Amino acid sequence: MAGLITALFLVPLLGALFVGVVPKNYARGIALGCNAITAIVALTAWRSFDPGAAGLQMIERHVWIPAIGAEYLVGVDGLSLLLVLLTSLVIPFAFFAQRMERGATALMLVMQSALYGTFTSQNFVLWFLFYEMSLVPAFLLIKIWGGENRDRAATKFFLYTFLGSVAMLLAFLGIYFVRGTFDFAALAALGKNGLLTGKFVWLAFAGIFLGLAVKVPLFPFHTWLPDAYENAPTGVSMVLTGVLSKMGVYGFVRLLLPLFPNEIKILSPWLLGLAVCSIVFASLAAWAQSDLKRMVAYLSVNHLGYCMLGLFAVSASPIVAARIDTHAALSGVFMQIFNHGVTAAALFYYVGLLEQRRGLRGINDFGGLMQRTPLLCGWMSVAMFSSLGLPGLNGFIGEFLIFKGSFAITASFTAVAVIGLLVTAIVFMRAMQALFSGPLVESCSAFPDLLRSEKLVVVPVTLLMFAIGIAPQFIFNVFNTTVVQMARLFA
Amino acid sequence: MTVTLQIFLIVSAALFCIGLLAALSRRHAIFILIGIEMMLAAANLNFIAFWRFSPEPHQPTGVMVAIFSIAIAAAEAAVGLALVIAVYRHYRTTNVDQFDQLKG
Amino acid sequence: MSWPVANVWLIPAIPIAISLVILSLAKSRRQSAAGLAIIGQVVALALSIAGFLETLQTPSFRAVQNFTWFTFGETALRIGWVLDPLAAAMLVMIALVGLCIFIFSIGYMADDKNFTRFFAYLSFFSGAMLGVVIANSLLLLFVFWELVGLASYLLIGFWIERPRAAAAAKKAFITTRIGDMGFFLGMLWLYHSSGTLLFYDDGNGCLESVGLAMLGASATFIALLIFCGAIGKSGQFPLHVWLPDAMEGPTPVSALIHAATMVAAGVFLVARVYPLFSLGTINGVTSSSLTVVVWIGVTTALMAALIAIAQADIKRILAYSTVSQLGLMMVSLGVGGVAAGIMHLLAHGFFKALLFLGAGSVIHGCHHEQDIRKMGGLRRLMPVTFLTYAVGMMALSGVPLFFSGGWTKEEILHATAHWPKSHVPYYLVLAGVILTALYMTRQVIYVFFGSPRAASAHARESPRVMTTPLIALALCAIFFSVVLTPGWPWLHGYLTGEPAQFDIKRSIQPMLFVSLVLVAAGIGLGVLVYGRAGMPDRRRPAEVDPFEYAQPALFHFLENKMWIDELYGRTVIAFSWMSARLSDWMDRYFWDGLVRAFGRLGQLFGIFTTNVDELGINAGVDETMTGTRGLGRVMSSWHSGQIQTYLGVIAIGMLALLLLYAWLV
Repeated sequence: MAGLITALFLVPLLGALFVGVVPKNYARGIALGCNAITAIVALTAWRSFDPGAAGLQMIERHVWIPAIGAEYLVGVDGLSLLLVLLTSLVIPFAFFAQRMERGATALMLVMQSALYGTFTSQNFVLWFLFYEMSLVPAFLLIKIWGGENRDRAATKFFLYTFLGSVAMLLAFLGIYFVRGTFDFAALAALGKNGLLTGKFVWLAFAGIFLGLAVKVPLFPFHTWLPDAYENAPTGVSMVLTGVLSKMGVYGFVRLLLPLFPNEIKILSPWLLGLAVCSIVFASLAAWAQSDLKRMVAYLSVNHLGYCMLGLFAVSASPIVAARIDTHAALSGVFMQIFNHGVTAAALFYYVGLLEQRRGLRGINDFGGLMQRTPLLCGWMSVAMFSSLGLPGLNGFIGEFLIFKGSFAITASFTAVAVIGLLVTAIVFMRAMQALFSGPLVESCSAFPDLLRSEKLVVVPVTLLMFAIGIAPQFIFNVFNTTVVQMARLFA
Repeated sequence: MTVTLQIFLIVSAALFCIGLLAALSRRHAIFILIGIEMMLAAANLNFIAFWRFSPEPHQPTGVMVAIFSIAIAAAEAAVGLALVIAVYRHYRTTNVDQFDQLKG
Repeated sequence: MSWPVANVWLIPAIPIAISLVILSLAKSRRQSAAGLAIIGQVVALALSIAGFLETLQTPSFRAVQNFTWFTFGETALRIGWVLDPLAAAMLVMIALVGLCIFIFSIGYMADDKNFTRFFAYLSFFSGAMLGVVIANSLLLLFVFWELVGLASYLLIGFWIERPRAAAAAKKAFITTRIGDMGFFLGMLWLYHSSGTLLFYDDGNGCLESVGLAMLGASATFIALLIFCGAIGKSGQFPLHVWLPDAMEGPTPVSALIHAATMVAAGVFLVARVYPLFSLGTINGVTSSSLTVVVWIGVTTALMAALIAIAQADIKRILAYSTVSQLGLMMVSLGVGGVAAGIMHLLAHGFFKALLFLGAGSVIHGCHHEQDIRKMGGLRRLMPVTFLTYAVGMMALSGVPLFFSGGWTKEEILHATAHWPKSHVPYYLVLAGVILTALYMTRQVIYVFFGSPRAASAHARESPRVMTTPLIALALCAIFFSVVLTPGWPWLHGYLTGEPAQFDIKRSIQPMLFVSLVLVAAGIGLGVLVYGRAGMPDRRRPAEVDPFEYAQPALFHFLENKMWIDELYGRTVIAFSWMSARLSDWMDRYFWDGLVRAFGRLGQLFGIFTTNVDELGINAGVDETMTGTRGLGRVMSSWHSGQIQTYLGVIAIGMLALLLLYAWLV
């Protein structure tokens, strides 16, 4: 089907324009309508996607600005499709989580469009355009509709990520001047035998690494994240953690690993160390938080740390790792990308529900909720258990595979990373104890339980968590061929 | 006494000075206009004098220029008087000290 | 493959499915909830018995069904179900004990407002444990293992409005998860080394020759890591701290945790992957991993028995006795007596469930009072409970012949005595036997003998729905001893897969008499010391324990669980909490400080350039502008609008030009 991918990011963009024109009351309807259309488009793409074929599919290629090597080139492989599906899932979820004003709705749609574009473009210039395009709406959404410290948080978020982007852009310009192409596939092919020479290669590597590490975020470039997630409105937090953070991971898979395989191998102990630090320190820091949103934000860093662990392990093996381990780690990372997107968004959603009811979101502002709102507690617990990696729910599959793959390659780092799994459990146990148990707190005694509209949102998402936890094959089918192909790249 | 150029020039200069004095000192707009006409007449006199004492006094070039000049002066006087009347209608006076609307 | 064997997965699936159905029921539908749960358990029991009967057909029966869970990359991750004697025996025990506990719960929880939720959790718990038993893959076992942990978390914290229950549930989950992380690593290592997580796979499984051969030296580490999981779940030292706290849950839950499900999982796990543990065993020399198992087991057994003596809560005494008995089972497994350990696990399942339900009946009768020093004289007030409890106590103490615990204890002692490495465990286990008899005698005397005290004065026998399971379990505890007699070593042979041989020498030997004497000594000592415990003495007040009176320091040491909780609180927990705070602090002030410093640098540069702009460039332009404007102002003042002034100026100017011209010419 031609034009499917173009349609994917054009629909929300047009929707955003439309939202700006029509009366205020229609904004939400239009946004949801756009998401219905993009969901149909994404599902059509999934249907027409051939899971057995390697390489890009549904390619659309047009000349754009030949003078600078910019091409309009979009297409999907398994990973891109997975992320497109995730975006199509999380954004409507975020729209359901919160009634947004017209401006916020339009910005969310712009962000959605940028996300689709980022995950499908296969040429750097186009990719970078979308990559940056997602930044501005996020900044404005935090800055205008954010919480208490929104100015600070928004500025920090913007400057931090923008600095990273600039570094990345410079690095890519450098590469372009030497190699003369912006095409991802062509660059990856060149990367196998060393993209650049001399000291310049380290500069380019550092630039791209910085840009992506900030975006993921990887320890110690993560300090923008707790502030941004804490202050963003619920729906925006959901998108930030659910999809926007995946742009970084996606960048690592699509750009850094194929472009600089040798450099990563040389730096691997350090990179693995950073990943493990992300896992351990972020989970410990989450334990010490008293703000629920901040807590979930830190756990986000922790969970993306697992992705980084898997990726660095795959590309770091000094000897050629057994194919099964590479496959396991890569599959685990992809699985974790999807699962974390769903679960973390759900957690922010629940925190949002609590905040709506109470007006506060400190861990000690609640107590004994199980007596008043058993359904809310029950469904929220499912998301929490999913996040701490309980088998039978989605979180376990990805984490098991990541650990399986990385243990075989770097047992010592993996063994330390297991502490993260333990501390995550402590964090959630603490939260559950504080929120659900004990005598009912006076200020919570008038809470309504889950409303009908909230149930309609919660049930499908929870069912998805169970479905992936019990029978995950349908997700694996999306990216199995891509995994095999990428593993060959790293071999 | 021979009629020389100098006599003409002295008369003309005297006429010019009188005209200038009138234009500068009188407050009535019409007198100023008359002063200016006098200065113009002095200039015309100069023209005729220089033509008459030039090496070729047979060609009527000086007369032509003087006639043109007089015609222009007449037109100018007509426009000037019209202006003065218009100003008078507007300000109900012809005292030029009252007209300072031209300043920036 | 017959139908029950081919569909063995239904045994865990049905209770779990039913628990989900019950969760979706309205709160008010109490009868349908209990009914559904019990039907599920009955079906599971029936299927288990059907499977069990199948395993009797052939010696060393083993039915394996493997299938692909999911495919990642090019690799299929396979899991499966297995039905062998070990699994079958466990299935029957769990389903049977579970059923008794379910029925008992109808009476015990009758007044609870979350009755339906309770049965949903119970059913889930039982299903998860049944899943652990028939898993044919370490991964699948781990999945159900974690679900067991989840169920125990939900049930221990069932009375969630009580902060202590919630804290206990949290402690249980986290403590067992510490062990589980070891288990997880062990599993990863095993997967890496052997390439499969299936136990049995036509000779290619990780417990079969091909898989084991690939492990080599790493087997010891793998086994020890997996044992960490067992330590956590089975409440072995040093992760036993959660088990006594778990008493905060409703009593049927304690019975389920301590008898059939949770803690049995650890022992079962070691038995299931026993080939891994014994891989280093050559010519009777125990592998190092098994040696660790033995010493952990011995430590646990003795420590818990000692602590049990000084406890006053009826359920806590039983909890420590469970810890102690589990230690005993670990010892048995460690010294090579796998069959003995599992037999003790089965027997223990029956009599410990009996004891806990009996304790539940007592607590129910005494209006939820749990302090044994406030009870007494219940022998006459609650006769059925007393008789069944006495059966359980005899079985636990190891009184031979008619009580199941006695025979299995013999087996364990027998196995321990012949351990080649050391005799110390044997003597320590013997000491444990005396202590067990002693603390059980103490408890029974306090609760049932003497005259009624504060809490037991108005006690009444529990309703039939509670006593019937007690009687059934008591009968099980007695009749189970029939299949355990050394005279008919059928079960032993069934579990080990070797043909059973009747060996008269095994049943009549000096050791039997030694242990008989020890048990008698323990009970006798108990009667001697505690016979008049509840009554005031010449010197001792009635509420003071005789042991406490004799050795106050030692008693307090034991009463406070050897201060282990406090020790952990001051060291491990404090350290972790400190590191959490430190991480947060580092994040807020160090890393973010670096970022802020970087930002500040940018700001300083900005201030610098601003100053250059403001003071240098801008000021110059400004001056020019001011000058121009001033000049303009002056000149505009010349512009008076007076025509005559202008004319005068023109005249002067012309004059000046003329003069200039004259001067120049």
